[in-house]
Amino acid sequence: MAELGTTDDVALRVAGSAADLDPIIQVRHLRKWYPVQQGFGFAPPSHLKAVDDVSFDVAPGRTFGIVGESGCGKTTILKLFLQLEAPTAGQIIFEGEDIARMTAAGRRRFRRSVQAVFQDPWASLNPRMRVADIVGEPLEIAGTMSRRQVRARVAEVLTEVGLNAYQANLYPHEFSGGQRQRIGIARALVLGPKVIALDEPVSALDVSIRAQILNLLVDLQKQRDLAYLMVSHDLATVRYMCHDMAVMYLGVVQEAGRVRAIFDKPMHLYTEALMSAALPAHPGLVRDEILLPGEVVSPIDPPAGDVFMTRTPLPVDPNNRWAKERPPLVEKEPDHWVVETPWSLTSSRSGSLSG
Amino acid sequence: MSDATQPIVAAQSATQPTVARRGRGARVRRAFRTYPVVSLTLLLIIVFGAIAAPWLAPYPATHGDLRARHAAPAIVGADSAHLLGADSVGRDVFSRLLYGAQVSLLVAAGTILIAGSLGTLLGLVSGWYGGWIDEAIMRLVDAMNAIPVVLLALVLAVALGPSFALLLGVLALGQWPAFARQVRAETLSLRRRDYVQLARVAGASTGRILGRHILPGVFSTVMVVATNQVGTVILAEAGLSFLGVGVPPPTPSLGGMIADGRLYITDAWWISAFPGIAIALIVLSLVFIGDWLRDRLDPTLRQLE
Repeated sequence: MAELGTTDDVALRVAGSAADLDPIIQVRHLRKWYPVQQGFGFAPPSHLKAVDDVSFDVAPGRTFGIVGESGCGKTTILKLFLQLEAPTAGQIIFEGEDIARMTAAGRRRFRRSVQAVFQDPWASLNPRMRVADIVGEPLEIAGTMSRRQVRARVAEVLTEVGLNAYQANLYPHEFSGGQRQRIGIARALVLGPKVIALDEPVSALDVSIRAQILNLLVDLQKQRDLAYLMVSHDLATVRYMCHDMAVMYLGVVQEAGRVRAIFDKPMHLYTEALMSAALPAHPGLVRDEILLPGEVVSPIDPPAGDVFMTRTPLPVDPNNRWAKERPPLVEKEPDHWVVETPWSLTSSRSGSLSG
Repeated sequence: MSDATQPIVAAQSATQPTVARRGRGARVRRAFRTYPVVSLTLLLIIVFGAIAAPWLAPYPATHGDLRARHAAPAIVGADSAHLLGADSVGRDVFSRLLYGAQVSLLVAAGTILIAGSLGTLLGLVSGWYGGWIDEAIMRLVDAMNAIPVVLLALVLAVALGPSFALLLGVLALGQWPAFARQVRAETLSLRRRDYVQLARVAGASTGRILGRHILPGVFSTVMVVATNQVGTVILAEAGLSFLGVGVPPPTPSLGGMIADGRLYITDAWWISAFPGIAIALIVLSLVFIGDWLRDRLDPTLRQLE
């Protein structure tokens, strides 16, 4: 497997590593620092490091999941990818082209190939527009179809997501949450995109209809070879939907690789704790809940060394190299990457911890 | 039919009106519930009266008959040729009211149109772009609040001479900050909405987002502010007319008429009272219509009627 940088300059090649698949999205050393002014402006400005040196690949037709607790920077990555915000540093490469340096034509192509579905189906549809106008808007912007063609396409795509064509004349408030999310998906599909960014697509929905929406997304992916870049805090959703995943903590990827490998054998203590916090699939299952000491550290001016240092249950040697500088992701097993420090790995914990 | 079944029949007919019950009465009641019938009718009558003033007015508005000085209104039973009485120089109050409504409504409409467009545009720009643009516009709004509009009007009238255009300009200058502030606040909340972000993702230009997503969203706010500000404008116009920098004197305006009559309020209450009632009715009707419009313009409320 090709190394993409020096050890200091570690990039990660996860999803696209299957030899025949060129990644559709490559994220390289992505950073988003928000300047924060504290006090009366005499102190040097601090930075909220929402995303701090993140790299990953997304393969076409596959789902890449980003998980982590709230505030870890996962949604910021989506916003950067959708160009709703500008990165502080780093690149996002779409089909071999850096999106920050695209030509006007490239930008149009990007907007046509990339769509998004957001978390809250009540906020993501304009309440003053009819479904036909909401779903048809991307087509209208692309400007390649006549009015009649747009209507026909909208009807077609509504049927594909399990709605009726006549519902195009209704307003969003006349639908339930699950139906609204279907409208959002229809809108995302209408241009025939290659990538859909999913920001917690089911977390606002009733538990009873989550599976319907997830199944719809999976079916659409199979039919159309869509790539999904999905953000979630729900591990069950990630496990069901994703092929590859990255676990983030404080803006930094802690562990990444194939979903199955990570769920079978989490290498990072943080991943393990996250999994233990999720509800088990059966109430009778016995499990050990692993609690990490301390609170989530503020992402404003995080430690220069390993961000996980303040949360690990294992002793930290302050003179260790990774207490002072940011440790890289290391490929411990094929396609399974983890931040390796003396205090971060599940394997370095002796069996006595649970006592 | 037994007594026992009667209440049930009555209850049924109350909830689902039968064919026999759904006559003209039900339609009228429904219309009253759905539309502000009283306000709309009143406003239409006043607007019609204002437009048709040259044909409806029984007397000239600017020429008095001194023999009719302080003639009591016929409407309260006085033996008089003047329906709403006559003022201190014998001018017919009803005729002046019609012409005055014309002038006042024109001034109000013009002011709201200018102030509304300017305020909405600046509020939109301010809320959307933020940063120094927002800062600059909002400081301008603050500065406007520090300028006494009446004083400004006086100074300008002295310097340039009173005119209709000056009146409109000064009134609009005093009104646009209210629009700008409201529209800015609304824009700030709308631009963060997910559907605006998704429009961006779909490649919508800033112009399209402002035109298709933000402007329709702030439109109802603008309408409500506009209808509520009309009263303020009519009153401000009255104040300026009173000071002699509004509508130039022989031309009647509702505010000017109230000012004219204030000296004689104990002897000839009708000079001030009728234009006062007219202002109150116009403003009240507009407020009700504004409320109704806001509900109508919100599709989520449209069905709850």
